[in-house]
Amino acid sequence: MEFVEFTKEMAKDYTILVPTMLPMHFKLIIKVLSHYGYKMELLETTGKQVVDTGLKYVHNDTCYPAILVIGQLINAIQSGKYDVNKIALMLSQTGGGCRASNYLSLLRKALKKAGLSHIPVVAFGVAGLEKHSGFNLNVTKLYKMMHAVFYGDLLMSLVNQVKPYEKETGTARKIADKWTERLSEELIHKYISYKKVKRNYREMIAEFAAVPMNKTDKVKVGVVGEIFVKYSPLGNNNLEEFLYDEGAEVVVPGLLDFLMYCVYNPINDSKAYGINKIKAFACKIGYKFLLSRQRDIITLLNEDGHFMPPTPFSTTASLTKGYIGLGTKMGEGWLLTAEMLELAHEGVKNIICTQPFGCLPNHICGKGMMKPIKEKNENINIVAIDYDAGATQVNQENRIKLMLANAK
Amino acid sequence: MDQISLKNKLSVGIDIGSTTAKVVLLNENNETLFSKYERHFSQVKEKVLEILEEMKDLLDGKTFTLAISGSAGLGFAETLNLPFVQEVYASGEVVKKFWPDASAVIELGGEDAKIIFLKGGLDERMNGSCAGGTGAFIDQMATLLNVSNDEMDKLSLEYKKIYPIASRCGVFAKTDIQPLLNQGARKEDIAASIYQAVVNQTIAGLAQGRKIDGKVMFLGGPLFYCKGLRDRFKQTLKLSDENAVCPDNARFAVAIGAAIYALKTKTTVEYNKLVNDIKDTSLIKQQNSLEPLFKNEEEYNAFVTRHQKASVPLEDAESYSGNVYLGIDCGSTTTKLVLITEKAGILYSYYDSNKGNPVEIVKQQLLNIYNCFGDRIKICGSAVTGYGEELIKSAFNIDKGIVETIAHYTAAKYFKPDVDFILDIGGQDIKCFKIKNGAIDGIMLNEACSSGCGSFIETFAKSMGYEIKDFALKGLFADSPVNLGSRCTVFMNSSVKQSQKDGASVEDISAGLSASIVKNAVYKVIRAGSADELGNNIVVQGGTFLNDAVLRAFEKELGKNVIRPSIAGLMGAYGAALQAMQVKKSNIISKQELLSFTHTSKLTVCSGCTNHCHLTINTFSDGKKYISGNQCEKGLGLKKPVEEIPNLHEYKRKKLYALESGNKGIGKKKIGLPMALGMYELAPLWHGIFESLGFEVILSGPSSRKLYEKGQFSIPSDTACYPAKIMHGHIVDLIEKGADIIFYPCLTYNIDEKASENHYNCPVVAYYSELLSGNMEELKNVRFLYPYLNINSEKELSKELFENLKDVCGAEYINIKKAVKAGFKKYYSHMSDIRKEGEKALVYAREKGRRIMILAGRPYHVDPEIGHGIDKLAVSLGFVVVSEDSVCHLTDRQPVKVLNQWTYHSRLYRAARYAAEHSDTQLVQLVSFGCGVDAITTDEVREILERGNKFYTQIKIDEITNLGAVKIRLRSLLGALEERGEA
Repeated sequence: MEFVEFTKEMAKDYTILVPTMLPMHFKLIIKVLSHYGYKMELLETTGKQVVDTGLKYVHNDTCYPAILVIGQLINAIQSGKYDVNKIALMLSQTGGGCRASNYLSLLRKALKKAGLSHIPVVAFGVAGLEKHSGFNLNVTKLYKMMHAVFYGDLLMSLVNQVKPYEKETGTARKIADKWTERLSEELIHKYISYKKVKRNYREMIAEFAAVPMNKTDKVKVGVVGEIFVKYSPLGNNNLEEFLYDEGAEVVVPGLLDFLMYCVYNPINDSKAYGINKIKAFACKIGYKFLLSRQRDIITLLNEDGHFMPPTPFSTTASLTKGYIGLGTKMGEGWLLTAEMLELAHEGVKNIICTQPFGCLPNHICGKGMMKPIKEKNENINIVAIDYDAGATQVNQENRIKLMLANAK
Repeated sequence: MDQISLKNKLSVGIDIGSTTAKVVLLNENNETLFSKYERHFSQVKEKVLEILEEMKDLLDGKTFTLAISGSAGLGFAETLNLPFVQEVYASGEVVKKFWPDASAVIELGGEDAKIIFLKGGLDERMNGSCAGGTGAFIDQMATLLNVSNDEMDKLSLEYKKIYPIASRCGVFAKTDIQPLLNQGARKEDIAASIYQAVVNQTIAGLAQGRKIDGKVMFLGGPLFYCKGLRDRFKQTLKLSDENAVCPDNARFAVAIGAAIYALKTKTTVEYNKLVNDIKDTSLIKQQNSLEPLFKNEEEYNAFVTRHQKASVPLEDAESYSGNVYLGIDCGSTTTKLVLITEKAGILYSYYDSNKGNPVEIVKQQLLNIYNCFGDRIKICGSAVTGYGEELIKSAFNIDKGIVETIAHYTAAKYFKPDVDFILDIGGQDIKCFKIKNGAIDGIMLNEACSSGCGSFIETFAKSMGYEIKDFALKGLFADSPVNLGSRCTVFMNSSVKQSQKDGASVEDISAGLSASIVKNAVYKVIRAGSADELGNNIVVQGGTFLNDAVLRAFEKELGKNVIRPSIAGLMGAYGAALQAMQVKKSNIISKQELLSFTHTSKLTVCSGCTNHCHLTINTFSDGKKYISGNQCEKGLGLKKPVEEIPNLHEYKRKKLYALESGNKGIGKKKIGLPMALGMYELAPLWHGIFESLGFEVILSGPSSRKLYEKGQFSIPSDTACYPAKIMHGHIVDLIEKGADIIFYPCLTYNIDEKASENHYNCPVVAYYSELLSGNMEELKNVRFLYPYLNINSEKELSKELFENLKDVCGAEYINIKKAVKAGFKKYYSHMSDIRKEGEKALVYAREKGRRIMILAGRPYHVDPEIGHGIDKLAVSLGFVVVSEDSVCHLTDRQPVKVLNQWTYHSRLYRAARYAAEHSDTQLVQLVSFGCGVDAITTDEVREILERGNKFYTQIKIDEITNLGAVKIRLRSLLGALEERGEA
């Protein structure tokens, strides 16, 4: 297929459309990139037309996230809102042996089918292998985006822990929005002072801790699964809102875990198979850096004492022992099992494992691990929910309700 | 009564499921004062009001507690702001209260199946999203058998044998049952087999290895009403009479649970206020709706007039005399028959459900024709097409058998000589043909899994209490048809449930279903991006298009007008009749012969090979026999064919099973290799290594349905592919064969053949051992070795095996290194033999002028159980069969638009390239249901072939594959090749 480059010329005035996965994180990341002169737009369209467009241009047996993401992009292009000769698309792309590594190819095929193959697509992610003269990721940009992830994770976790208990509805959300604004202004500064970052963490935590709350007893429900349907409200039919309305406190592991999983795997590969030693070396440096940054957040949360901190990634990984090998690295791989175990470890006994219908890795790491997890962890209450263009909300909600009825 | 109400302790439980509404009234002693169980035909509000009205005497003016349960009750409870309790939870609570000694509950509802384990850790489970083995499924199957649910239950009690029927989902099951019916299997046996399928699905899908024993409660409507179903459960679970309990109020368990729950909530309602509240609710219509099919009556009339133009002259049956031609289309659910004159006018036609016995129907029709027309006509030619083609042909001496595709094209050409696209939606199949330069240029058929076809909408209409005609009519003027999605019909059932929750009317649902069927055909089967891809002269046909709502939805989806012949439902038969005109002299059965015609069918199991096909032997009055159900020619009692046509699938199977251990004998540790998934590729490697290390290597299998069943109850994810699920059976088999160690390594990376960007295995092949280890209790008693290995470096592999075998055999590093070398030698020589044999087969084919078929898939598709003998079928049709890995070395790397990063798939692309480059070679792709990666490869393979002006044929295979449908597919391919004049 012809590769359409995103050139320097295009970078000047093209609008880059980006599908949403995690609203708070993505807003911050986009802000960072816009500062470098890119005109970015985060797509937040929902509804049947997104799915229908996806089904029209993507093989219907492909995983649901591909159908949604591609559907959202093409639907936006066809909406008439943009000049089709002045737009580019951005797509996050992981690599590896899962079929999800084909999203970029599938998007290009879909564009061709829709007669839009002139539109350049920039893949964004760990396996970004293509060269675009108009778009590059240097260390500074990556460093800033990393902070968008740190901030995003912390905000998400704080909102989740405050929102179900706040006396005045909407307080937590308001604080989070305010911080998103403020942080996006700060992240575009030339340098990021880590001291300042830590100060922000502290202030953020304190502000959330000060929200007047009714500390009633609520059921804690953990959400794990395939990354897109786990996070994206479009993918999981607003799962978080639903659980919140049902009176539960939602616990969602952060995006940082997934990034650390991605840098951890090459290290493990090198150890296990004696391959890619150079890549493993670089990853080791990245891994140590991320681990130390995560530790700082944990320390600050512990100092404050109001909130449940994330579990150190190294601990999360070690929990898989006796369940699954760390070589299982396609899709969410062993991390999915690890996150269920981590939740159980933290006392979150009710877990929803989300996946697109027919998700290959989740046969093994999700559904395949439920029996051993239930055997070795008492009172654990896990339900697997499939998401799909044809699966209905009423069936999903009915199963979640059963899980909630049995919640401990 | 008064006393009770004084205490004010009345409680009402309402359970609204997907098909029925159940209401109970309890007093303070939990005694049932009233109960009602009725189908609600999607009119939830009306039905609840009706039942409440019946309770007026008991409740009028009183205040009581009330709670709602059930999947369709969810929205109802929300709108009315009444307490809701999840149904599984509710029945769990009831059982704990009334039957404290029960250890498990099996509850089947309309569309959900549930199991509750009460002893040894409470666990409440519901079926996943892809599972139709429930009440609605039983309803559909009864309709298919043309009996009522009660009759089906009675029939099942008289069974003699059980047929394997796919239990994955209703659509699959249908494709298994239909040919059984067509082959004349006994209805009693089929009925029992259907129940057995439900049992298997419930146990495999929900229990997932957890043992069901002790006292088991059977709850829910279907289990209450079907004794035969309970019997199947009892027998399968080996339960004694005392331990299989179906209480009198089994149907009401959830409703009772809801009433008890209501007591706890303490929220009370007053009868009249409740009734008024319900009356006042107007369930808010969902936003998610489509445009109406017709804006007004006028538009509809114009539409009708336009379509009336495409009709065939009808001849006067009273007066005509002369030569006639007979065409029969013996389809999967219906039998169609036409008699035409020499001018192609229709003299007589018949269209009806074949009621499970097509032979009888054709006999009646022929008699009818002979009686009506007497000597006035002479049948000069006859032809038959469709599923039952061969059966009918041999029963009545029909002159010609025609492949369906050709029959349909012949008919369509009559209406539109320059037709370039034909879409046929029948009872069971969707068929699309592209026509270019007067020949069929491409054929697309629906997969077993997406049969969003006529029989679906029909059963659906019936389940809502309508005849299909009235149901369709209702849809025509719906003002906001619901958008139901297009994935699969089982999913559509729950989409309908969702829309009912949102208050959609029957009209809206009817129109929505029509749109869904169309979308399924356009986007899933044809895979069209835009309407223009379909061409300009489109003819639509098949019984389903007689439904104006479906026709209109199709035109709206495409944005252009199409031609629907007035005889849309008879096109196959009409085409056959047109083809019959070419017959020189007809030998069709005469009236005398017909009068004494009898037909009996007998079932037997073929012992020709290990496949053990279930054969149906039809015997006709003249002593002629027709045998069906056979996967190869052996079952036909024929002598060994004179010519041994090369079949690489057979060659590979034999070669793998010839891997014998040279270390048989005393004292050697037995290491077992499960012959499934990646082992089909790498068995020679591991065999070589372990033999050289002094193990006795044993192989599991060969695969069979029985072997699969041995392990099916520990499968945790029922949507995984069959090649993975059968792995469980192979493990059990190895344990039975006495393996001390079982070896199936985790291989992220496969062999690097330097023909792709990376060389991964798919996640399932790579890591299935992790799942086996976590889910198979059996593995706790043996040593299960599944190390993560690198098989692309002898040195690395030796190191890793050394580490992993330390405590197994304590072999020295140097010996392991030697063993690894020996293993690779064996593997490479194995692969090279396959390639040589492939080349030999190609030479053979070209010398003898035979067609070549690359039957391409994965290495494990040669498995006799997974491939279902499709290779043998292809050979019997005259193809030389080669595999993808035996020819892919003969061409260059194939550039593709997707990531070419899996070893097996890169072979597939190269094999497709080889087929595209050689005019005498066809490629048929085998795809396992549930294979996620093939959603990516199929489009690519199709494109490679189509660029080379080749047909793309895909066969989806699963637990059970109906070879009849495969045969039609392969014969269509042959027919199209012949039509195109290709070698």
